[in-house]
Order: sequence, then structure tokens, then C-alpha cells
Amino acid sequence: MRLTRRDALALGLGATAASFLPLRAVASAEEAIAAFTGGVEPAEGGVTLNAPEIAENGNTVPVSVEAPGATAIILIATGNPQPGVATFNFGPLAGAQSAATRIRLAGTQEVIAIAKMADGGFARASRVVKVTIGGCGG
Amino acid sequence: MAKDVKPRVKVPKTAAAGEVITIKTLISHKMESGNRKDSNGNRIPRSIINRFTCDFNGQNVIDVEMQPAISTNPFFEFQAKVPESGEFKFTWYDDNGSIYEATRAITVS
Repeated sequence: MRLTRRDALALGLGATAASFLPLRAVASAEEAIAAFTGGVEPAEGGVTLNAPEIAENGNTVPVSVEAPGATAIILIATGNPQPGVATFNFGPLAGAQSAATRIRLAGTQEVIAIAKMADGGFARASRVVKVTIGGCGG
Repeated sequence: MAKDVKPRVKVPKTAAAGEVITIKTLISHKMESGNRKDSNGNRIPRSIINRFTCDFNGQNVIDVEMQPAISTNPFFEFQAKVPESGEFKFTWYDDNGSIYEATRAITVS
């Protein structure tokens, strides 16, 4: 097979794309945050994120978030193949802006919670969770 | 898949007017993330519940958008304000279009 100029170009592009792959997860975590905040820089504090320091089983890690005065809270796992975890939208009858659930973590990583406040501001909290056995399969 | 999905909800039976109560919900669902592979190395297609909502007498309490990082048998705990007697309605939306529902009545004494 002869390598035409077009083939060579395609190969080069493929190699460039492949070299970007490891960076993708972190980049898309930032994208997920930007999509939620609209580019506004979140302030530290105002939102509480509870997660275990060490999770033995990454398949089910209990986490809870609380942010008084928030309208929505997004949870992001920076080290997962898909960083989005969940978005909690609080309605008029929410008794408190808090929620607890169980999530999957692929490995030791930083979990981020960002709350959208009623006044339009954003608050951020993060915790590093050590995971003994990853929970995303693969 | 759809027939072994069973929602379980824990809501107090009575409350005082305006009281904030804690609700716990769990639904049995395998929440296939779409990242796992079977023994032949083929990717198992994603099949999750992607949304959960709770309403009281038609007013929204919480609306959760879920992604594959939510564990098998999704569990949620949250707080709701009860202004009057009525009914909580819980709805789960599956990727395959199925909708699972549960209702619980509560009496304000």
C-alpha cells in the first residue's frame, strides 16, 4: 500500500488526538463545572460536602451535600470516566437544601460540589476521597 | 429489566403543619454505567435511571438529574416541608423510557 499525502495527514491527526486522551477526563470536569456556573468563579464556603476520607468500595460511596440558600447543587467526580455525578434542583417545598446519596468513584480522586445560590452566586467545596477498589468497571 | 424494579420510600405518616421531614428513597436498579465490559470484551450498553423527582400536592420538592456515577440501587435522602395534609409523589425516569412511581400520603395533625 502506498502512503498518500492524505493518509499521512490522517495518521498525524490521529496521533495528535490520541496524545490528548489522558487529559480528557480533567478537561471535561472543568467543562462540566463551566457549563453549570456559566463561567462565574465560585466562592469557597457556603456549601458543605460530606464524604468519607477513605472509601473501601468505590462502587458505593456515601456522600451528602448541604448549602443553605441554594437552588441547585452539582456533584462532580474529577477522576471518573464521566465526571458528572448528579445535579440536585431544590423546589419550593424543599425543607432544607441538603441531599444524600451513594456514588461510584473510579479511584482516589477529588469530589467537588458546587452550589448555585438564590442570589446568582456560586459556592464550591471539595474533598479528596481515597478509594481502595475502583467502582467503574472496565 | 423493568419488572424487577421496586421503589421503596420512607415517609412519616403524620407531621405538624410546616414541619420539615426527612424522606429516604431507594429503588432497585442495576444502573449499568456503560463503562463495563462483558466477558467477551464487548461494552455493556448504558442503562440507568437518569432523573428522580419528588412532588408534594403538585409542588416540587427535589428534582435530581442522575449520571452513571450514581450507585446501583439509587438511594436519596432529603428534607421536605409539609404545609398541609396531602400526598408525596415520587417518580423515577429510566433510560429506556420506563417511568416508576410511588406515592405516600401524610396527615397533618
